[in-house]
Amino acid sequence: MPSSEYLLEVQGLRQYFASGRGKNRLVVKAVDDISFGVKPAETFGLVGESGCGKTTTGRTIIRLCDPTAGRVFFDGREVSGRMTNDLRKYLTDNIAMIFQDPIESLNPRMTIEEIVGEGLKVRGLKDKAEIRRRVVEMLVKVGLNEEHATRYPHEFSGGQRQRIGIARAVIVKPKMIIADEPVSALDVSIQAQVINLLNDLKEELGLTILFIAHDLSVVKYFSNRIGVMYYGRLVEVAKGDDLYKNPLHPYTRALLSAIPQPNPLTERTRQRVDYVPDRDHDYSTEQPTMVEVEPEHFVLCSPSELLEYRRRIAQNV
Amino acid sequence: MQDRRHVHETRQDDTILRVRDLKVSFRSYGGLVQAVRGISFDLKRGETVAVVGESGSGKSVSIKTIMGILPSNAIIESGEIMYDGKDLTKVSEDDFHEIRGKRIGLIFQDPLSALNPIMKIGKQITEALVLAQKMNPKEARGQALELMNAVGISDAERRFDQYPFQFSGGMRQRIVIAIALAGDPEILICDEPTTALDVTVQARILELINSIKKSRNLSVIFITHDLGVVANMADRVNVMYAGKIVETGTSEEIFFDPAHPYTWALLSSMPDLETKERLLAIPGTPPNMIFPPKGDAFAPRNKNALKIDLEMEPPFFKLSETHYAATWLLHPKAPKVELPEVLKARIARMKGGGELHA
Repeated sequence: MPSSEYLLEVQGLRQYFASGRGKNRLVVKAVDDISFGVKPAETFGLVGESGCGKTTTGRTIIRLCDPTAGRVFFDGREVSGRMTNDLRKYLTDNIAMIFQDPIESLNPRMTIEEIVGEGLKVRGLKDKAEIRRRVVEMLVKVGLNEEHATRYPHEFSGGQRQRIGIARAVIVKPKMIIADEPVSALDVSIQAQVINLLNDLKEELGLTILFIAHDLSVVKYFSNRIGVMYYGRLVEVAKGDDLYKNPLHPYTRALLSAIPQPNPLTERTRQRVDYVPDRDHDYSTEQPTMVEVEPEHFVLCSPSELLEYRRRIAQNV
Repeated sequence: MQDRRHVHETRQDDTILRVRDLKVSFRSYGGLVQAVRGISFDLKRGETVAVVGESGSGKSVSIKTIMGILPSNAIIESGEIMYDGKDLTKVSEDDFHEIRGKRIGLIFQDPLSALNPIMKIGKQITEALVLAQKMNPKEARGQALELMNAVGISDAERRFDQYPFQFSGGMRQRIVIAIALAGDPEILICDEPTTALDVTVQARILELINSIKKSRNLSVIFITHDLGVVANMADRVNVMYAGKIVETGTSEEIFFDPAHPYTWALLSSMPDLETKERLLAIPGTPPNMIFPPKGDAFAPRNKNALKIDLEMEPPFFKLSETHYAATWLLHPKAPKVELPEVLKARIARMKGGGELHA
């Protein structure tokens, strides 16, 4: 049953992709049994390296892919079952998505007004003047202005295009936004602008955000809680500070030790740790499960590892 | 106030590459794009110089000029690149074959497009050896296997006969590095070599480049926009904006004692692992280089800009033997502008060690 604590709850989600037939059949377990919940008005960060399934997770929740197994609840209602018109409407009304590539995700033959206002139009708003008014209001909110409404995507810089993508997502007043690497295609100075904008909108509109990214510094800065993914599994979920101060899973430790910090003093002495699953875990007799090691800090571990992690936390406190 | 052109001439002995007042423009339909507008820097033997800047700041164009691989619509308007007694801007294409790949190696950003998809990787490495060092195929094979081991490709014998698509991103970048090393260069130019890679793979590639640099005493020009990578790699840093170097100094000087407002903005615009406060975003976008702004190019985006910034270009002011910045703020008559609070706090934190995962 869905817990009332969460706005979005994912239970045992699996997404497999199969290719080939017969003996050539190959199944990729892009997302393999992950569970997590996102609380209302919270930002949940999902990090991991390319191919770990973080994007697939986002796309499966919003049903761009049909899940292989597992259940997803949004605001108490199951959204992972058979697709109906009613469910599609429910999903698109409540969850919007911001994509990584601001060039690919905007139709080059539509004006900004058409792109941003399309969501209102398909929801039955016919009054052109009203659509126009709300589009302009939204554009101003994301830092563009009225004259931009009649232009086409190619006339904008990368940062401005990402603002358009954000305006399109937010204009339908969704409860939740899935932001898939919204800043990684942008230049450093522009990234900060977009992060600040997302932060402002989050506060103003009380948005719940699932933030998918590979840049750990950005995720740490932007998220309340963070989930770390590795090869389709969620290996650790914790509050940002807990995760960075007290990483328990060996993969999280390896990932954290690999981030270059803009500080020449620590960089020169940085010790990187490697993660080798076969060396770091012994799962021959026990299977790992997701366990709450300390309040709000979940780790994928076996019973004997759990003892070790608990001991480590006790020492740190 | 001192022009830095005269400063470096006192210590030329260990300088391997000297760039002076380089200006490069591109012909385009819109007009002449002034990509590089007069940069000067030195590369010394055995050191790593990082070039930091946003896209469009001219960092890639300047190294393409050094490698002699500018597209046909580019014009070198002025300046010289002195290497081994020759001015590389005047070397003919035929003579450049003796330098490019042999004396100066290049590692590109995207390892997949740098490799030929339908040629076995062994062949791609030996090709460089046969052409650059006139080896016979057998010798070349032995040497290639040695190089593959040196860059950390295990099971080299088997992988010698594989194609690029059979390698992961990090492994492909290792192959590209092996090819760059095949000519036994003394300068290695890295153009964002880890931008396309995951952070754990990036860490390994950076370690590899550092260890190769030490063992072969290479001089490295490292282009990146990631300040974390700069801190990891660089001995000296050149910060570029709108086709110019706006600040140059050692790593410590740039990170702990930045002087140019653009460097301040770069350092404080991205969150580090301990940032909680609102980010200091740089307003606006980089300038259109067909019409570069008058005066200090960063002034229109700098809220502390002085009046003179919009009228006259600042010269380099000397802060130390190695540290120069082109900003009027360093002029004796300039008003005192404090570092942004966010940056002050961050520098204090950095100096304190900032132990995160001890």
